[in-house]
Amino acid sequence: MSISERSVTEAAGNIMGELSKNLEGYVGFANLPNQVYRKSVKRGFEFTLMVVGESGLGKSTLINSLFLTDLYSGEYPGPSHRIKKTVQVEQSKVLIKEGGVQLLLTIVDTPGFGDAVDNSNCWQPVIDHIDSKFEDYLNSESRVNRRQMPDSRVHCCLYFIAPSGHGLKPLDIEFMKRLHEKVNIIPLIAKADTLTPEECQEFKKQIMREIQEHKIKIYEFPETEDEEEMKLVKKIKERLPLAVVGSNTIIEVEGKRVRGRQYPWGVAEVENSEHCDFTILRNMLIRTHMQDLKDVTNNVHYENYRSRKLAAVTYNGVDNNKNKSLLTKPDTADDMSPLAQMEEEKREHVTKMKKMENEMEQVFEMKVKEKLQKLRDSEGELQRRHEQMKKNLEAQHKELEEKRRQFEEERNNWEAQQRMLEQQKLDTRTLEKNKKKKIF
Amino acid sequence: MAATDVDIFSNEEKRNLNLGGHVGFDSLPDQLVSKSVTQGFCFNILCVGETGIGKSTLMNTLFNTMFENEEASHYQNGVYLRPRTYDLQESNVHLKLTIVDTVGFGDQINKEDSYKPIVDYIDTQFENYLQEELKIKRSLFNYHDTRIHICLYFIAPTGHSLKSLDLVTMKKLDSKVNIIPIIAKADTISKSELHKFKIKIMSELVSNGVQIYQFPTDDEAVTEINSSMNAHLPFAVVGSVEEVKVGNKTVRARQYPWGVVQVENESHCDFVKLREMLIRVNMEDLREQTHARHYELYRRCKLEEMGFKDTDPDSQPFSLQETYEAKRKEFLGDLQRKEEEMRQMFVNKVKETEAELKEKERELHEKFEQLKRMHQEEKRKVEEKRRDLEEEMNAFNRRKVAAETLSLSQPLKKDKDKKN
Repeated sequence: MSISERSVTEAAGNIMGELSKNLEGYVGFANLPNQVYRKSVKRGFEFTLMVVGESGLGKSTLINSLFLTDLYSGEYPGPSHRIKKTVQVEQSKVLIKEGGVQLLLTIVDTPGFGDAVDNSNCWQPVIDHIDSKFEDYLNSESRVNRRQMPDSRVHCCLYFIAPSGHGLKPLDIEFMKRLHEKVNIIPLIAKADTLTPEECQEFKKQIMREIQEHKIKIYEFPETEDEEEMKLVKKIKERLPLAVVGSNTIIEVEGKRVRGRQYPWGVAEVENSEHCDFTILRNMLIRTHMQDLKDVTNNVHYENYRSRKLAAVTYNGVDNNKNKSLLTKPDTADDMSPLAQMEEEKREHVTKMKKMENEMEQVFEMKVKEKLQKLRDSEGELQRRHEQMKKNLEAQHKELEEKRRQFEEERNNWEAQQRMLEQQKLDTRTLEKNKKKKIF
Repeated sequence: MAATDVDIFSNEEKRNLNLGGHVGFDSLPDQLVSKSVTQGFCFNILCVGETGIGKSTLMNTLFNTMFENEEASHYQNGVYLRPRTYDLQESNVHLKLTIVDTVGFGDQINKEDSYKPIVDYIDTQFENYLQEELKIKRSLFNYHDTRIHICLYFIAPTGHSLKSLDLVTMKKLDSKVNIIPIIAKADTISKSELHKFKIKIMSELVSNGVQIYQFPTDDEAVTEINSSMNAHLPFAVVGSVEEVKVGNKTVRARQYPWGVVQVENESHCDFVKLREMLIRVNMEDLREQTHARHYELYRRCKLEEMGFKDTDPDSQPFSLQETYEAKRKEFLGDLQRKEEEMRQMFVNKVKETEAELKEKERELHEKFEQLKRMHQEEKRKVEEKRRDLEEEMNAFNRRKVAAETLSLSQPLKKDKDKKN
C-alpha cells in the first residue's frame, strides 16, 4: 500500500476549538484511513438481511437479483415454497467475494407470514428471532472472557407490500408498528410492474401518509455534510417506498443482455430506473448505506434492547424489596451501570444505616437517662423518708430520755425524802429508846 | 443434497456462491472508512522517561508542531502524569491526540514507587472505559477514548545497559500497554557503541521477560517492512525543532561544532523509522491491540475480582440476566443481613442495660429494706425502753403508794405509844 495524501491543510484547526494545532510539515496520520481499510478487508464483513412479506410477492427473486446470484434456487427454495403450518423464521448463510472483499451474508426469511386465515401474532416469531439475536450478542458482549464476537443481529428488514394500489393493509401497519423500534425497516412495493407510474405515485403517497399517521419509524438516511451525497439522499427520500421488480432471467434487449420480465407488450427491465426503483434500492442497500444500517442497528436498536434488558434486571430487585429495605429511586439509575448502581445503593444504604443507628442510639440514651433519673428520684425519695423516720425515732428517743430523766429525778428525790424520813424515824426511835433508858 | 426443508436452511451451513455481475459490496471498506473519518480518530501517547531526556522535543518533532510545554523542574516530590489533548488535522483526517507526560520520573532519591502513578493512570483510563461500557444507557460511539495506545519508553543513552528503574517500570507496564523502547539523545552515542547498546538492551529485556510491542507481521502488505523494523528496536532517536541549512535545503537538525545531526537522515538516527512505524503504518494496529488485548485483560481481571464468572459450577453458561440477578440477590441479602445485625446489636444492648438498671433498682430496694429493718429494730428498742420505763415508773408508784400507806399507819402507833 503506497502512502497517499501529501497535502497539508492549514488553519482548519481553529474551527475545532479546544487545543488545535497547525502542523508545519507532513506527519503521516492521514494514512490512518488506509490502515483502517486494510484491517477491515482482512477481517471481512458480515450482514444480516431479513425479508418479510406474504407469499408470492417476489421476495426470493428480488434477493437473487440484488446479489446477482442464485441464493434461492431449485435446491434452495424460497420461503413461498416452504410454507409450514405456522410462521417460521429461518436463515441461510452465504459467503460472497468481490474485489478482494469478503461478505458473509445471512438472509432471514419468514415462510408462512401473512398466509394464514388468522394472522394474529404472526409477527411474534419475527420479534422473538430479532430479540434472541440481540440476546446472544448481549451475552457474548458481557462474558468475562470475550472473544471475537460474531454479529448475527438483523441489520435490515425489507418489508414487501402487495401492490394493491390502494394503501397499506392492517397487517402491514401492525407489523411495522411492532418492529420499527427493533430493526431498520425498509418498506418496498413488490411486483411494481403491475402499477403504472401514476398509480405508483399515488400508491407511494398514500403509503407514506399512512406511515406518518401511524408514527411508524422507517429507516432514515443519515444527514451528510457532503452536498453531492445530500442531493442523492433527497432523491431517494422522494421515491420512498421503493417500488421494485425482480427477475431471475436474462433477456436480450436492443443488443444488451439485461435482467427483466418478458411480457407480450414489452420487457420490464429490472435495472432501468424508469421502470422501477430497483437500482436505487441496490445502490442504497449495498453500495452506500450498508455500513450505516449496521451502525444504526448497533448504536440504536441494540442499545435500546440492552438498556431495557439491564433496567429490567436492576428494577427487579427494587420492586421486590421496596417495603423491606431502603433502596434508591429508579430515575437516577439510567446513567450508571448496574454494578455502579449497586455501589451507589450500598453507599446510600450505609448512610441510612448510620442514620438509623444514630437515631436508635439517641432513643436508647434518652430511655436510659429517663430510667436513671427515675431511679435517682426514687432513691432520693427513699432517702428522704428514711431521714424522716430517723428523725422521728430520734425525737422519740429524746423524749423518752427526758421522761426517764424526769422520772429518775423524781424517784431520786422521793427516795432521798424517804431516806430522810427513815433517818428521822430512826433518830426519833433511838431518842425514845434513850429516853426510856434514862428514866430507869 | 436431498435433504429436508429444515436441514437445507440449518444455521451452520455456509454456501460459497459466485456472483453473476458486479453487486457493489466491495465498497464496504470505503463506507466504513468514510464513517470513521467523519467521526474522527483518537490516539493517546504516554511518554515515560527522566526529566530532560527529550520527551517534549521528540513529540514536537514527530508531529511537526510546537506543543505547549514548560520545562519541568527536577524537584518534584513524586511522579505525576500530565495529559494534554490536541486536535490535529491532516488533509481530511481529524486526530484527537493526547500526550501524557510523566513529570518527575527518575528525579526522586527513592524511586521504588515511581511506576505506581503511571500504572494507576493507565488503569484509570481502562476503568473509565469499562464503566462507560457497563452503563445501562451508554454511548460508546461518541465516547472520548482516553486509553493509552502506546507507551514510548525513553532510555538514557549511557551506552551500557538498562537502569534497574527502567526494568522495573517496563515490567510493570508491559501487560497493560504497548511499549516501544527508544534510546533518547542518540547523538551522544557512536555507531558501534549504539549497536552494542541495542543488543544489550534487547537481551536484557528478553531475559527479564519484558514484553514490548512487536510490529505485526500478519498483514501481507506490511509484513516486510514491519519485520525488518522489529530488528532495529530499540529506535535511537534525536529530536529537534530547529532548522539548519544543509546544502541548499533546510532541515531539522542539531548543530554542533563538529557537524550537523540531521533528524530525518536515516544514517544519523532512527527517527524516520519511528515515525514510519508509529504513525504511518501501525497506528491502527496499536489502537486495536490496546482494545483487544490490554483492555480485555484489564476487564477480565476486574470482572473476576467482582465475582463474575462465565459459567456456574455445573459449567452451564450464565446469561447476563442470571449473573446480575444473582449478584443483586447476594447484594440485597448482604444489606438485609447488615440491618439485622445492627438491630440485633441494639436489642442486645437494650437488654443488657435493662438488666443493669434492674440490678441497680434491686440494690436500691435492698438497701432501703435494710435501712427499714434497722429502723424497725431501733423502734423496737425504743419501745422496749419505754416499756421498761413504764414498768419502773409503775414500780416506783407502787412503792410510793406502799410507803404512803405505811406512813399513814405509823402515826397511829406513835399515838398509841404516847398514850401509854
